[in-house]
Amino acid sequence: MLISISWRNIWRNKVRSLVIIFSVALGIFSGVIAGAFFKGMADQRIQKVTKTELSYVQIHNPGFEQTSDFANFISNAKEIQDKVSKIPNVIGVSRRISIQSMAASAETASGVLISGIFPEEEKNVTNISSKLIEGEYFEGISRNPVVIGKKLAEKLNVRVRSKIIITIQDMDNNITSGAFRVAGIYSTNNNMFDESNIFVRFTDIQKLTDFPENAAHEIAININDNENLATIFSEVENITTNKLDVKTWKELSPEMNYLTEAMDMYMYIFIIIILMALLFGIINTMLMVVMERTKEIGMLMAIGMNKGKVFSMIVLESVLLSLTGGVVGIIIGAVSSKYGESHPIDLSMWAQGYEQLGYDAFVYTKLDPNMLVNVTVLVIITGVIAAIYPAYKALKNDPADALRME
Amino acid sequence: MNVIEIKGLTKIYNSSEVVVKAVNGIDIDFKEGEFTAVVGPSGSGKTTFLNMLGGLDRPTEGNVKIGGVDIWNLSSRKLIDFRMNNIGFVFQSYNLIPVLTAGENVEFIMQLQGKSKKEREQRTKELLEAVGIGDRIKSRPSKLSGGQQQRVAVARAMASKPEFILADEPTANLDSKATSGLLELMSEMNKKFKTTFIFATHDQRVMDRARRIVTIEDGKILSDEYFDRD
Repeated sequence: MLISISWRNIWRNKVRSLVIIFSVALGIFSGVIAGAFFKGMADQRIQKVTKTELSYVQIHNPGFEQTSDFANFISNAKEIQDKVSKIPNVIGVSRRISIQSMAASAETASGVLISGIFPEEEKNVTNISSKLIEGEYFEGISRNPVVIGKKLAEKLNVRVRSKIIITIQDMDNNITSGAFRVAGIYSTNNNMFDESNIFVRFTDIQKLTDFPENAAHEIAININDNENLATIFSEVENITTNKLDVKTWKELSPEMNYLTEAMDMYMYIFIIIILMALLFGIINTMLMVVMERTKEIGMLMAIGMNKGKVFSMIVLESVLLSLTGGVVGIIIGAVSSKYGESHPIDLSMWAQGYEQLGYDAFVYTKLDPNMLVNVTVLVIITGVIAAIYPAYKALKNDPADALRME
Repeated sequence: MNVIEIKGLTKIYNSSEVVVKAVNGIDIDFKEGEFTAVVGPSGSGKTTFLNMLGGLDRPTEGNVKIGGVDIWNLSSRKLIDFRMNNIGFVFQSYNLIPVLTAGENVEFIMQLQGKSKKEREQRTKELLEAVGIGDRIKSRPSKLSGGQQQRVAVARAMASKPEFILADEPTANLDSKATSGLLELMSEMNKKFKTTFIFATHDQRVMDRARRIVTIEDGKILSDEYFDRD
């Protein structure tokens, strides 16, 4: 009964109610679309981190991450790799030699991180092979092929088939170098990554450094869904019997993890600020509603509507008003976000800046259903808060005085 | 049998400049089935008297017993419930809920009382037919004439099966035809259901139908007369 009366009361003044509904809808739409934009942006960055740069899980010997000591390798890496491959939802495992070194061309030199990989294995773990913009993925060059990033190629001023000298420290701590030829140039749109990461064949770098055959500095693991991360992580730890350093991408890139969590928090803060601004408009409207209906409210109390029901009726009106606007805003925001999932927002005007930070210039929005639920709850809370003072004013009505009004 | 017993009823309004005794020590009883007009000039205190009688305005002194219950000793929550179950109101400007239909306005009070849907619908139909607008049950007040709205108001007042109905100038906003119809209706309700009606009125037509006329002036009862109307 109260819901029915409250709903109908909203439409007594259509224009006024529609203004509020439109305001709330616009505010919520802005919040939802902004949330989807930033979530899409963050998700794309995470995709890059997990699919291109780091993979989902990495295994190292304890201390390797901090010192990058060439001699600190996992001696039974092949055995671990085979066991990890059998875990459900794992779609790729690769062994890597990982060395900090110097790459030099005829013109200049640059510090790089060399990853010695098994190219076919690596395709199941990272998508570098699909990021090539020139040349081939370890094809076309038979001896010591190397795949380098676009930014590094520009810095060293090299092209496909150009020679670069890679200088490294071998197992005996001797400085050694090898000539490599550029087989392919990739671009991930992350300038930092492109400038500092090069890929060579595991066997080539193994020969150069006398690295043991079944060992590796790093085992990288790719999985089918981030939702399975915790389970797989746990199983990998079991396999390594907790003797190795097993880390997820969240630990390997804590700033990325922080960004994801912080992004959610910022979006809710943004939406709360919007709702607080709308709150005063709704309070004003509800105060007008109560004042206009002083006589009616007095009559309702006279014929037996108790204060609790009067209060509830006012609160319900406010909630229904806010919720109507909220639902409209959510629907439009959700539809727009869904559209943005396949039609990216073009930020290429600022592409250089974004790529410097590792972000894409074309952003696909990503709708989070949880956010829609939470926003709905926030809208309801706003409606309730907005009604408290007007409802209190309504209860202050004396039925006798109210009924005397003309 | 006395439905209402009033002793020493007084209402004093204090402002910074003046003290006004709107009602000044009224003693009066009302029996079941009475059809009473409370008359007096504007400012005589009749509306204030009715408001205290109806549990809307707290008296400064005195008590009001309805069915033996001293209503001004009840808590505010119990008083609201008491009004809902025992007192019907018909107002000068009808005061129907504009967003509800005629039927829903009548049902409203029964919903407050917690009656079942079946009972509410049945009684609503009976009452609206009894007041002569059974065919307008789904019409909103804005689609009804003044007379029809007041009939709905009477049906609403009767819905809770009250001890008595207070009607404050119920004919003030009606034309003569609607007034006659309304008075005829209330008279019928009074005879059929033995519902006590107490009117505050200036309207001679109401006075001509009333079987008891209480005249109030300056907050006191000037006269209390019974008439044989058939």
